[in-house]
Amino acid sequence: MAIAGNRKINKQKTNRTPYYFIIGPLLIYFVWIIGPVFYTFYLSMTDWDGISPTAEFIGIENFQKLFGSIGKVLPSAFEYSLYNNLLWLFVFITVPTAIGLGLAILLNQGLPGERMFKVGIFLPQVLSFAVIALIWAWVYNPRAGILNSALLALGWPADNLPGWLADKELAIWSIIFAASWRQIGYIMILYVAGLKNVPPTLIEAAEVDGATPWQRFWRITFPLLAPVTTIVIVISVIDSLRAFDLVQIMTRGGPANSTSVLANLMYIQSFNNYKFGLGAATAVVLFSISLVFIIIYLWRVMQDELEY
Amino acid sequence: MATINPPKPKRRALSTGQWLMVLFLLVFTLVYMVPFFGAIITSFRTMDDMSLNGFWSLPREITISNYVEAIQRSGVTGFLGNSFIITLPALTGTIFLSSLSAYALARHRFAGNKFIYFMYVAGTMLPFQILLLPVFMLSNNLCLQEAYELGQFVLNIPFVDAKVCLYNSYLGVIMIHIAFQMGFCTFVLRNFMRSIPGEIMDAARIDGANEFGIYWRIVMPLTLPGIAAVSTLEFTWIFNDYIWALILLSDGSKFPVTQGLSNLQGQFTTNWPLITAGALVATLPTLIVFFALQRYFIGGLTLGGVK
Repeated sequence: MAIAGNRKINKQKTNRTPYYFIIGPLLIYFVWIIGPVFYTFYLSMTDWDGISPTAEFIGIENFQKLFGSIGKVLPSAFEYSLYNNLLWLFVFITVPTAIGLGLAILLNQGLPGERMFKVGIFLPQVLSFAVIALIWAWVYNPRAGILNSALLALGWPADNLPGWLADKELAIWSIIFAASWRQIGYIMILYVAGLKNVPPTLIEAAEVDGATPWQRFWRITFPLLAPVTTIVIVISVIDSLRAFDLVQIMTRGGPANSTSVLANLMYIQSFNNYKFGLGAATAVVLFSISLVFIIIYLWRVMQDELEY
Repeated sequence: MATINPPKPKRRALSTGQWLMVLFLLVFTLVYMVPFFGAIITSFRTMDDMSLNGFWSLPREITISNYVEAIQRSGVTGFLGNSFIITLPALTGTIFLSSLSAYALARHRFAGNKFIYFMYVAGTMLPFQILLLPVFMLSNNLCLQEAYELGQFVLNIPFVDAKVCLYNSYLGVIMIHIAFQMGFCTFVLRNFMRSIPGEIMDAARIDGANEFGIYWRIVMPLTLPGIAAVSTLEFTWIFNDYIWALILLSDGSKFPVTQGLSNLQGQFTTNWPLITAGALVATLPTLIVFFALQRYFIGGLTLGGVK
């Protein structure tokens, strides 16, 4: 968005007015957002069960319990969850980013039918995770589902069809694939907008100078898209860490914890096992991973501020 | 960065390379939409037909009975109603409160301006998990009990015994949506309001308009395109929420459609035509909003994501 470069911000002598505008929303924000963030940190250092009137302060015991469970013969739910979140994160910052950028470039050439393609690829972004979970559960249905009946029709042996969500190895990949299906359209739209800011004259000049399309992309377009790429990566990381709905509806973390993510784990720890302290600690672990990227994002926005 | 919009070149005859690109995009988009179209086709078929002949067989029978049954038996319309009861006030509240702070942040210089702004910006990227337990506790503890007891004592009215709390009330879900979405809305609207020329406001001030009048009569109308963009986005985000309703509501009759749907799957485990019919009905409101307000929808995403 273009912001007119007016530095003029109203100066008043007794400036109490802005606070009247700010105070209401800020109060709600503190009670429901800022306060809870800190309270979760406190909870993570207690053994609270969610019911008792009192809780004991136990320091970092919950964290020791979580990280101590890593590397056992039988992987713990926490180990699975942490691994799955990191896998999700890694897939999200690479696959949808690459495909989204590729599509954006193809859709930036003024080809016929552009709009239709964009709408089609963006459509999943409008669906709720609940709906996506159901649609993909049907796609992955082992017997009559869309995927396996296609495999059957293509001559795949009927007694050896993949179990997808029921398969311990495949399940998490199947879920991440469904999540990427939703994500790609979003990334594509962000890059389409970003490409509008790449001056065509630069590309043309490079073309005249004899640069190959490959060089033009890596030397001009991609570096100019760097700000968009930063945002895309931050958004992808945060979205991968927020993953909950798909897992909850498609597999509930099964089979045998193999699709559990930190969000599901903390839900089970807190609301099924009444270990609020441990659940809070899990949330803190997840928050710490996201913090790095929140800071990168903030830094980006601050840089924009300095321009004016 | 300056935006350069060259005049669109007249469409020339496409080269072979361009035809290949179009062909690729066509095939890609069609394959991409298979799950969605597949769900639509499934919703008009019968499970017997598909278990016998597979999904990719020609339908032996086409029926709308899945939709009839989904609407009559699964309660999807009731759940949809609940979604609106939650979404509309939450959306209005978010936009109103965000526009208030956005106005102050965009057009006034005061101590803490930047700090508050960055706090909202950071909030847009917060994973909800870090809020889950305290917000759950908050909703259980913000109760009207004291008010009820007072009412009973003073007026001697036999009030219901039960504690009335934010937990399991629409208001509880609405409040967290407002708070959680405020960061993004404030961020986008604040930047939008900064692009309004200050002279208009100065002129109004000279004419004796008060600050609220300037905000309501001048800034808000000029911010309408930005409000339209964030509203369409926020509508789908709040409407599609699953986690907060799951945490904060216990009474099945209050569930929004996302949660209603996930129960549908448990209820009709193997009847996929019925489940997909229900899912498609459930997604209709957001699809309508998307197709009707596409321009704003996509505009909103790019406003927030890339400046």
